[in-house]
Amino acid sequence: MAASRPRIKLPESAKVGDIIEVKTLITHVMETGHRKDKDGKPIPRDILNTFIAKFGDAEVFRAELGSGISANPFISFQLRVPGPGTFEFAWIDDNGTKTVELTPLNVV
Amino acid sequence: MADNIRIALMSRRALLASAATALAISSGLSALLLDVGALADDASSSKIERTKWFEEELTKLLAGAAPTEGKIKLELPEIAENGNFVPVTITVESPMTADDYVKTIYLLSTSNPVARVATFHLSPINGLARVQSRMRLAKTQDVVALAQMSNGTMEIATVLVKVTIGGCGS
Repeated sequence: MAASRPRIKLPESAKVGDIIEVKTLITHVMETGHRKDKDGKPIPRDILNTFIAKFGDAEVFRAELGSGISANPFISFQLRVPGPGTFEFAWIDDNGTKTVELTPLNVV
Repeated sequence: MADNIRIALMSRRALLASAATALAISSGLSALLLDVGALADDASSSKIERTKWFEEELTKLLAGAAPTEGKIKLELPEIAENGNFVPVTITVESPMTADDYVKTIYLLSTSNPVARVATFHLSPINGLARVQSRMRLAKTQDVVALAQMSNGTMEIATVLVKVTIGGCGS
């Protein structure tokens, strides 16, 4: 299943040097690969296995996800605001498909 | 008359023998009951069975290092009604400066089909070593967080989560 509708929650505004919480949520089944369908055949694993967050050009956070992460993965991390910029969030699934979301941070 | 005495003696011997057998059985039984009692005690004091693959994963990640406790705050609900969806927050005490920061946080399950739930990579830019997510738990078990610091030392924290309805095939 393709990933869709990423949702990002940032503070309305932030100052340089502030530590902010970055909340991300994306729709995805995160099929574990351990379940069987009604005919007893195993359902193949289909998960988002990587999450990468960049701010400007720099990678600021990365996560490798396993089948133990719930469907519609929620991931939150912290950032010490280095200056104005835009986040680039990317989720990569088992087929290599990448879902990208751009979100600017309002630095005052 | 002598025959009668012999019969009486024999039956007394038989009685003694059967009494001995009964004693042996009952003591065996009580030993068995004690064993069951010991097992129940173990379960209530969070000595819940950990999978072989969890132990292997932990050994691999520690790579010979002896982890210390006290710097990781691992927050999970005490009772998870739905094992498909268990919120988890991991906070590691660290100044997050260029020469002293948390490099990697590992989230592990001790009784899921796969031990490694997630790996989080951090750097000083994060300012605060805190991550949150939601995880699956197949059944009641310990959840373990492991953090590798920039100087290579390892921190560990363990939390028991009681699961009412297990996360299906997590």
